[in-house]
Amino acid sequence: MSPNLRIAFRFLTAKKRAMMMSLSCTILGVGLFIVTQATTSGFESFFIKTMIGSDGALRIVDRIQDTMRSMGVSGAAGIQVRALEGVKYLEGIDEPRRIIEAVNEFAGVLGVSAVLKGDVQISSSFKLERAQIFGIDLAQHLRVSQLARKIVAGRLEDFGKSPSAALMGRVLADRLQLTVGDSFVINVRGESRRYRVVAIFETGLRDIDRTRLYLDLVEARSLLKKPTGATFIQMNLDDPKRAPALAARMVEMLHHNVEPWQLREVEWLQTFRALRISSAITVTVFTLIAGLAMFNTLAMIVIEKTKDIAILRSMGFERRDITQIFLWQAAIVLAFGAVGGALFGAAVTSAVEHVPLTISTLFKTDHFLVEWNPWHYVEAIATAVVMVMIASLVPARRAARLEPGDIVRGTAQ
Amino acid sequence: MSPVTAATPAPAGDLVLRCTNLHRHLGQGEGRVHVLKGVSFEARRGQVDAIVGPSGCGKSTLLYLLGLLDQPDEGQIEINGQRMSNSDDLARTAARGAHIGFVFQFHFLMLEFTALENVLMPMRKLAKLAPGAMEARAHALLGSVGLGEKTRRLATQLSGGEQQRVAIARALANEPAIILADEPTGNLDMKNSAMVFDLLTRLAKDHGQAVVLVTHNPEIAQRCDFTRPMRDGLFV
Repeated sequence: MSPNLRIAFRFLTAKKRAMMMSLSCTILGVGLFIVTQATTSGFESFFIKTMIGSDGALRIVDRIQDTMRSMGVSGAAGIQVRALEGVKYLEGIDEPRRIIEAVNEFAGVLGVSAVLKGDVQISSSFKLERAQIFGIDLAQHLRVSQLARKIVAGRLEDFGKSPSAALMGRVLADRLQLTVGDSFVINVRGESRRYRVVAIFETGLRDIDRTRLYLDLVEARSLLKKPTGATFIQMNLDDPKRAPALAARMVEMLHHNVEPWQLREVEWLQTFRALRISSAITVTVFTLIAGLAMFNTLAMIVIEKTKDIAILRSMGFERRDITQIFLWQAAIVLAFGAVGGALFGAAVTSAVEHVPLTISTLFKTDHFLVEWNPWHYVEAIATAVVMVMIASLVPARRAARLEPGDIVRGTAQ
Repeated sequence: MSPVTAATPAPAGDLVLRCTNLHRHLGQGEGRVHVLKGVSFEARRGQVDAIVGPSGCGKSTLLYLLGLLDQPDEGQIEINGQRMSNSDDLARTAARGAHIGFVFQFHFLMLEFTALENVLMPMRKLAKLAPGAMEARAHALLGSVGLGEKTRRLATQLSGGEQQRVAIARALANEPAIILADEPTGNLDMKNSAMVFDLLTRLAKDHGQAVVLVTHNPEIAQRCDFTRPMRDGLFV
């Protein structure tokens, strides 16, 4: 052990109460930072996971058409020059098969599914509801969504057995008072067809569960009178964070409008971001308090240890040794505070995770959602290190500036 | 450097400390006082010098200047032939660690540490010896000041006289050329004063160190090799 570390440790243990106060503040600062990050991120990551699991990481939604305008050339009557004026978005995908083939060439794309969407009215024996049908090729769609894991009643395997098979959102089924095996009628453009609920799914996103109904793509084409084309193409990526970059490349190459999930859900993501920033500011205050407590402790030790500083300086300890001794004290408190804070944060996060909480609006959960992310621990400790070390620098430098001659003469300011 | 019992005395009489024409002002503005008014002084190995004088005459100020704890406004200080008065803080600190041992009136031990750790501290900083050799030397030094049985005691568990003896052992730890003592017996009873003075001078002479001490005690001063009376910032 270096002499400076040895002295730092002894100085600290001699001031047990002050040291415990600094340590407690550091533990609290680090712990609460972790807890708040875990809880705010928990809801956000659950939302993102559910939303990507339902609607995919990327969607090709429209075809882009350049619009041109003609300009006459001055002095050359009858000669027109065509110039790019802007772009026009044409709804839907005309040739989904070609687009799917092209998309499959992109690295990182795990699955592609063409979806035909249409607004319909559904009637059961009891009620009439507005809904959206999603015509899908089940095999394809299972590669771009978590639909298989969201089935809460019935059997997914029955979906492909009959053209009249339908997968219905749980809220929609409840509103229509339908269960697995019940039949219902879809009304669209004056035509009515009867279908049967083979399974009920629940994504947790209420908007989806209340309006969505999956039909086989061929049946949907027939019902919606759209024998070709698709409303959008849904994709699953190995790294959803890369969606915006991949979307930009696809727009350029496919000449279609491609929406990454970050753009599609921008309102909610911004709301979560604001919440996260707000909680980060709050918890930074906790670590600021830890820094102030450390400042207080060290300032007190400097005042009480001026004589020792003079002794050390008289024995050949340099100013930087004195600075180090005080920074070591901060580092010791930080090390114990970081470990204690991480354990405290993990324990509270675990406890919070078991707190019952019923949410069924934006998404559905019956308990508090938390995210176990090692980066929260790194961020919490890094914030505490910055705060505590900055707060420690002032008393440490003050200690180093003390003149040993002034101290032994009893005139140190 | 070796355990104290095996030390070889350096040649006596070598000049190890010289200061010339030292001036020092203390205080600011109207309270500024010209404490040292051109003091010159020399100390040699194996020699014990006493600086005596009334309170406020500048003897402690001179000692702190000689010990490089303070800087003169004017004048020169040489330690082992090296001019130190204009050197930077790093050089002065290094010189303190290597060449100077201090004994203060109020013991100035580090109270959270044991007697042994207090003596080890300057050696650990200088790091000239292996850890085992440091411990052996510290034990030997504490034994030579009669505290061989109390090496593991905290400074707070020692009496005033014992603390001052630990301070002497600590001052000798790095075998400095110069021992500077500011009223080393000023806070002790007569019996302990005599013991501490005897120890300081005997050990310093055994190891060929120059001892400069500031004292109010005329009996102590008389027993030194040279007595330098001071008045109003000058030797008289």
